[in-house]
Amino acid sequence: MTLFLRLLFRNKLAGFGAVVLGVIVVLAVLTPILPLQPPNETNTADRFLRPLQGGHLLGTDHLGRDLLSRLMWGTRLSLAVGFAAALVAGLVGAAIGVVAGYFGGRTDNVTMRGVDMLMAFPYILLALAIVAVLGPGLLNALIAVAVVNIPFFARNIRGVTVGIAHREFIDAAKLAGMGHTRILLSEVVPNIVPVVVIAMSTTIGWMILETAGLSFLGLGSQPPQADLGSMLGEARSALITAPHTSVVPGVMILLIVMSVNLLGDGIRDALDPRLRSGALARPMATTRVERAGAPMPKPEDGLLQIDDLETQFHVGTRVYKAVNKVSLALNPGECLGLVGESGSGKSVTALSVMGLVASPPGVITGGAVHLQGQDLIGAPYELLRTLRGRKVAYIFQDPLSTLHPLYRIGDQLIEAIRVHDPVSHAQAHRRAVKLLEDVRIPNAGARARAYPHELSGGMRQRVGIAMALANDPDIIIADEPTTALDVTVQAQILALLSDLRRDRGLAILFITHDFGVVGQLCDRVAVMYGGRIVEAGPTGDVLTAPAHPYTKRLIACVPELGGGQRALAAIPGLPPAVDNLPEGCAFAPRCDKAQPSCKTGEIDLTGDTRKVRCLFPEVAL
Amino acid sequence: MTLALKTTDLAKTFDMGKRLFGPPRAQVHAVHPVSLQVRQTETLGIVGESGCGKSTLARMLVGLTPPTSGTIEIEGRALDRADPAAFGRLIQYVFQDPVSSLNPRKTIRQIMEAPLRLLHGLTGQALDDRVMELFDAVNLRPEFLTRYPHEFSGGQAQRIGIARALAASPRILILDEPVSALDVSVQAQVLNLLADLKQRLDLTYLFISHDLAVVEAVSDRIAVLYFGSVVETGPAEKVFAAPRHPYTKLLADSAPVVARALGGAQSGELPDPLNPPAGCAFAGRCPRATDLCRRIVPDLRAIEGDQFAACHHPRDP
Repeated sequence: MTLFLRLLFRNKLAGFGAVVLGVIVVLAVLTPILPLQPPNETNTADRFLRPLQGGHLLGTDHLGRDLLSRLMWGTRLSLAVGFAAALVAGLVGAAIGVVAGYFGGRTDNVTMRGVDMLMAFPYILLALAIVAVLGPGLLNALIAVAVVNIPFFARNIRGVTVGIAHREFIDAAKLAGMGHTRILLSEVVPNIVPVVVIAMSTTIGWMILETAGLSFLGLGSQPPQADLGSMLGEARSALITAPHTSVVPGVMILLIVMSVNLLGDGIRDALDPRLRSGALARPMATTRVERAGAPMPKPEDGLLQIDDLETQFHVGTRVYKAVNKVSLALNPGECLGLVGESGSGKSVTALSVMGLVASPPGVITGGAVHLQGQDLIGAPYELLRTLRGRKVAYIFQDPLSTLHPLYRIGDQLIEAIRVHDPVSHAQAHRRAVKLLEDVRIPNAGARARAYPHELSGGMRQRVGIAMALANDPDIIIADEPTTALDVTVQAQILALLSDLRRDRGLAILFITHDFGVVGQLCDRVAVMYGGRIVEAGPTGDVLTAPAHPYTKRLIACVPELGGGQRALAAIPGLPPAVDNLPEGCAFAPRCDKAQPSCKTGEIDLTGDTRKVRCLFPEVAL
Repeated sequence: MTLALKTTDLAKTFDMGKRLFGPPRAQVHAVHPVSLQVRQTETLGIVGESGCGKSTLARMLVGLTPPTSGTIEIEGRALDRADPAAFGRLIQYVFQDPVSSLNPRKTIRQIMEAPLRLLHGLTGQALDDRVMELFDAVNLRPEFLTRYPHEFSGGQAQRIGIARALAASPRILILDEPVSALDVSVQAQVLNLLADLKQRLDLTYLFISHDLAVVEAVSDRIAVLYFGSVVETGPAEKVFAAPRHPYTKLLADSAPVVARALGGAQSGELPDPLNPPAGCAFAGRCPRATDLCRRIVPDLRAIEGDQFAACHHPRDP
């Protein structure tokens, strides 16, 4: 709750709206006990008094009634009707939406077509028709405004409910023996309440305005009862001679609707989880760099040299050390495997190379990345842009989310080619088709005209690889490129990558959690745990005789085909959180060989071609 | 030995492009008639690639999806109506994504209590005791009960999912990719917990996964699904070691194994479900396919002992 208020008031306009609305609501609530003149007492002798005349603070209207008193009572009534209409519309609309969205099928079709018909009428016409049938009166105006707004809520809530009704916890509730009513009330409704609140807070101002509109036309509150709309309506005939009678209720409507809308937007921003996590905040074009100390000396050789790279995420007061002094080297034509569990920092390491870690919250706080002798950390965006894709290209896990859904794959490839190489469209098209052939897409010329959703997962990943190859890069960084694919397709993609590497002399940094894949594809392997490299060396050596206890036990966890039915070795405990790393070895709390010396000080990565960060390695190096 | 689960010609057809009146525009046979028999305290592994119908099959077995035709019998009792509450006492489901299978707005205690109250009518002290007992069985600390799902890691959430399934005191658990969302070091913890629970509670498992090595490690028998049909069944130690169906062979060769050369790079994909081939669905990718395969769908038949394959030209071991 305090978090919600803090988020709300961080938005200054919303805070302003909250204060204005708060004052108005408090005054409206206190109206009966405020020392006001009676609102309906007529005194035609004092009609159209200007403000501050004859003891009337805001003057009087055409019957000589005190405008201040009528304004306060009118505000009270208009607010009450507006809130009530929003509540009725919200509840009825949400109920319709929840039922339609949850049951789906024919129920959904029939109700939503009915709602669509309601929506097809201009709202004021519909409200007028309802009032015409029911007769004028404030209650009938309230009903009319509520009915007119039901479709908005019903459609909104239905959309949200459809998403929730297909979640697995609904299936779980069915299997727990819950009936439909119980599932709707206890499983679905709690999840849509925030949406209803958001929708109500953004529409309540609109409803106050609509009620005022009906009263203005004489269909809402009946004389002598005052609400803001009827006050305006009565003042209309004297608009020129006594403008203050129109201005007073008009300003009040303006203040109420404006403050309600500002507050509503604030509530929406504070409650919406997507906005809260900063999804709408635009990340910077490159990762922020705050490197202390002198830059690293330039290495002599190597294609890609990562030295003591440190990438952190700064969220509030917490610092997540996602990558902690990682050093890697990649030589031309080499395939280096980077293995680790989720949260070990392997993807962040890869993204840091080209400054692709989202900032905020990511910050590169130390180290260097040399590409053919050129330091990329802190390099200007223009330089990085010319290198991204041309020297270093990425392949990601999910090709469906990295390809643009609305463009044909051929056009996306052509765009990728022409970014770095100003060739004609026809030439680029020929190269695009050639690329699709290179990644063994059958019938490449026709497939270039396909949209991403028309291709299978394996074909899409081939397109992802073709995109990466578009500008003949020296290095491909592949981040779990086969994790989302089936085994038979995975084998095809791995074979393709292996062939491309041989034919084109590509260097590949292959990120995975799968030792089987590493064993088949990579020359060298580095194992990460808790943001650090704990072991590195030639693949065969590391896999057959792992030196770090973590590597050894992780390999033992992975069942291999052909072993028959058996119990699996497990590692007790959980990987450490990188905002609260233990001192010494990060694996020590889960390690059965841990000694007191493992839990103090810094443990170095030692060794030459084979490196290990352990005081008591499993094998002598 | 009695059968825990028996399906007879269980099939599911989805209508595509429904119209208000008249027949739908097209039909997709997600699951072709499947007859399975699972013995008590056995683990049947079900493998197949995405789109092979394994999740649809699993959802029919727990009553979440009504079958188009065929019957399900659990311990000799026929369950002919798709009513998850009736199924729930006999057969439960453990979901792939542990976090999304828990309602984010409920505490773990509320989630755990629902099946106990509704399926077994427990209240008061008996309810509390049973929740504690279940939590103890899956090695979770009691203080977790007051927390909300988002506070848990994947492995812990999956333990909660397993405890919730066990709360119904089912005889059979359907495990739908229960470890594929977990890290390898945690995956082994959950698999060992499942093995331990099965031993203690005499459970029967249907273990669905795309990870062949995991399925082989936990199963007694394995059924291989391709394009909605069972193409091979047999003892776990034989199915991948000596596959009879060419598709099983392709699967086994595709699994990444250290120090094996990259193979299995054959092209080919699943047939279009809206336009299925006339004969064997695998014929288009199969090196052994003949005219017979392209014309007639092969039946599942015994090849040797208890190893069955749906193939006109089964491989020699």
